[in-house]
Amino acid sequence: MSDGYQIVVCGGIVPDPLQTLEPVHGPAGWGLKNELMLPAILDPWSGHALYEAANLAKAAAGSKVWLVSMGPKAKLQQVMMTVAQKAAFELIALDAPAGGFTEAGDVAAALAEAIEAIPGLDKSRLLLFGGWQSASRGAGATMQIVGEKLGVVDQFQGVDKLTIEDGGVLRVLERVEGGSYQESTVSGPPALFGWATGELPEPPNNPQVGMANMRLVMPALQKAKPVQLAQPAFGSVQLPCQKRETRIVKDTPVEAIAREIVDWINA
Amino acid sequence: METIVCIVQTEGDGSLAKAALEAVACAKELAAGLTAQFAVGLLGETVQPGADALANCGASAFFAVSGAAFAQARYATDAAAVTALAKAAGATIVLGAATSRLARVMPGAATRLGGVSDASVTAVAAAGGKPVVTRWYYRQRMFAELTRDARPWVVTIAPGCFAAYAGAGGSAAVTGVTPELAAGGARTTVTRIISPSGEQQTIRPDAKLLFVAGAGWTKKQSDGAAHAGEAEKLILNFLNKSKASLGTSKSLIDLSGEGQQVMSFLTHMHQVGQTGATPRHPKGLATCCHGEEPHVVGWRFIGERRAVNLDANCGWAQGKADVLYVADAFKVMAKVIELMG
Ligand SMILES: Cc1cc2nc3c(=O)[nH]c(=O)nc-3n(C[C@H](O)[C@H](O)[C@H](O)COP(=O)(O)OP(=O)(O)OC[C@H]3O[C@@H](n4cnc5c(N)ncnc54)[C@H](O)[C@@H]3O)c2cc1C
Repeated sequence: MSDGYQIVVCGGIVPDPLQTLEPVHGPAGWGLKNELMLPAILDPWSGHALYEAANLAKAAAGSKVWLVSMGPKAKLQQVMMTVAQKAAFELIALDAPAGGFTEAGDVAAALAEAIEAIPGLDKSRLLLFGGWQSASRGAGATMQIVGEKLGVVDQFQGVDKLTIEDGGVLRVLERVEGGSYQESTVSGPPALFGWATGELPEPPNNPQVGMANMRLVMPALQKAKPVQLAQPAFGSVQLPCQKRETRIVKDTPVEAIAREIVDWINA
Repeated sequence: METIVCIVQTEGDGSLAKAALEAVACAKELAAGLTAQFAVGLLGETVQPGADALANCGASAFFAVSGAAFAQARYATDAAAVTALAKAAGATIVLGAATSRLARVMPGAATRLGGVSDASVTAVAAAGGKPVVTRWYYRQRMFAELTRDARPWVVTIAPGCFAAYAGAGGSAAVTGVTPELAAGGARTTVTRIISPSGEQQTIRPDAKLLFVAGAGWTKKQSDGAAHAGEAEKLILNFLNKSKASLGTSKSLIDLSGEGQQVMSFLTHMHQVGQTGATPRHPKGLATCCHGEEPHVVGWRFIGERRAVNLDANCGWAQGKADVLYVADAFKVMAKVIELMG
């Protein structure tokens, strides 16, 4: 691809998974207890998408990466302080709740509109990246709908590997059942990739990249367009009754433990 | 009055896999609850054997998109097929198994149909004449019951939640449906399925037992040295004997990214948890894994849980396992293998 790719990464934010999460019903519908106080991170699978995008952009001269992220402005700012140090991108921010109870279709429509509005967007160079699922709604729906809205029907989900071959053909590995991969090729952009883990480790912080990014992050946050999101009609949202009565077996000979385990497996 | 269509993908030989039969059972149950009719929409290269297997399932009609173009999972063709099947059936509710093939097109098809979607639902009920679905949020941390007024409502059913339809087969009359495909044909070509071979095939969704290996297997042990080679042998040996499915913690997988000595047969697909899989097995045995919350959320659908850990205060002790054996997993698993003969 002589002019490089336009890689647009859609990445939401989610509460740090080490936090305790509890559903609450408020005036705006369902959300999490103390949602705005919980530390947030870039959704992990979107994070993988972003690192893969940055890597691909480096390899294909003339490429550029955008990160389109929707969330409450203050939370986005907090998350961007870290993410901006990891990879070079231009942020497009949308101001809306970030929770899992919102309507995927509304989120996708707003993301697609923001992508359409990127100055100089050229669909013949467009690669849409995102997570194959989120750590909040976990439906794997948003990216598909973004693709539909933008007319991108070459879509791949659960992507762990993307290679560019001679002539610009894209070769993709998607996760399927039983630890297998489906390998496909697509002749070139536009195409959509919902990433699973990918192949790259989280990049180390790079303060130089961080400084360059932050120059654009703050204005992007200031310009963040507010978006209204609906929720489906929830009857209830509950925590599962998950506490088990753990029997702790200690100071017991290995043989006795092993026998108990074998009996249990065979039972 | 609702009209339900259950989308079922056929396998290479036209037969139906368990997940598809579970979705049919779900459709049948929902239709009965709503006193509605349900049709079946088949998708695959060959569909007649699948339709015949469902001939007596109570479906009001059978529609199918078939042919070589639909042999494999490909978004452009599958999204068009699901859309066409839903339209042909005049469906207000479109059900399908959350297999890798259908999960990656059903929400897209819902958009084409001007409808809404919910993914990986674990229960479906008819409450007061309205369909209500249950699904999990925040990676299996909480679950919600919800309903929707918008139609068509496209819903994928998580595998393992319904008893597979097992009625007698027969002969079904199938109406062929031709989806609208983009002019110029598909730009995507599925080239092959890459499966781990033989012993390396350690992700076994139908296994009775999930065996989880944690990072402890690679850590320095009481003699001051790490024994990853021995760990690898013990784990593979146990998997061979027990036919268990293998899962791992994130820490163990991430070690490979950091260039440490880890087990050659592990991939990111083995990872269980927040950013990994949430497999379904009746039993699970965790070894050398601390049982931290981001890991244990991946155990949501594991029935009985036991763990072996040197640390009596590890996460499993805190109400996350039924039994915690405070012991050296190297010794315990060596003995387990010996006892299994
Ligand atoms: C955003 C995010 C997402 C995450 N997603 C996931 C996820 O999807 N899956 C996941 O697993 N984790 C996830 N984590 C990480 C998680 O928080 C833990 O760090 C991880 O699960 C720890 O792995 P571990 O228990 O194998 O390793 P460790 O915490 O290192 O524990 C090793 C254990 O081995 C035991 N041990 C050592 N030697 C022996 C022996 N000889 N016999 C018995 N026991 C022994 C030790 O006592 C210890 O308990 C995530 C974290 C974050 C922040």
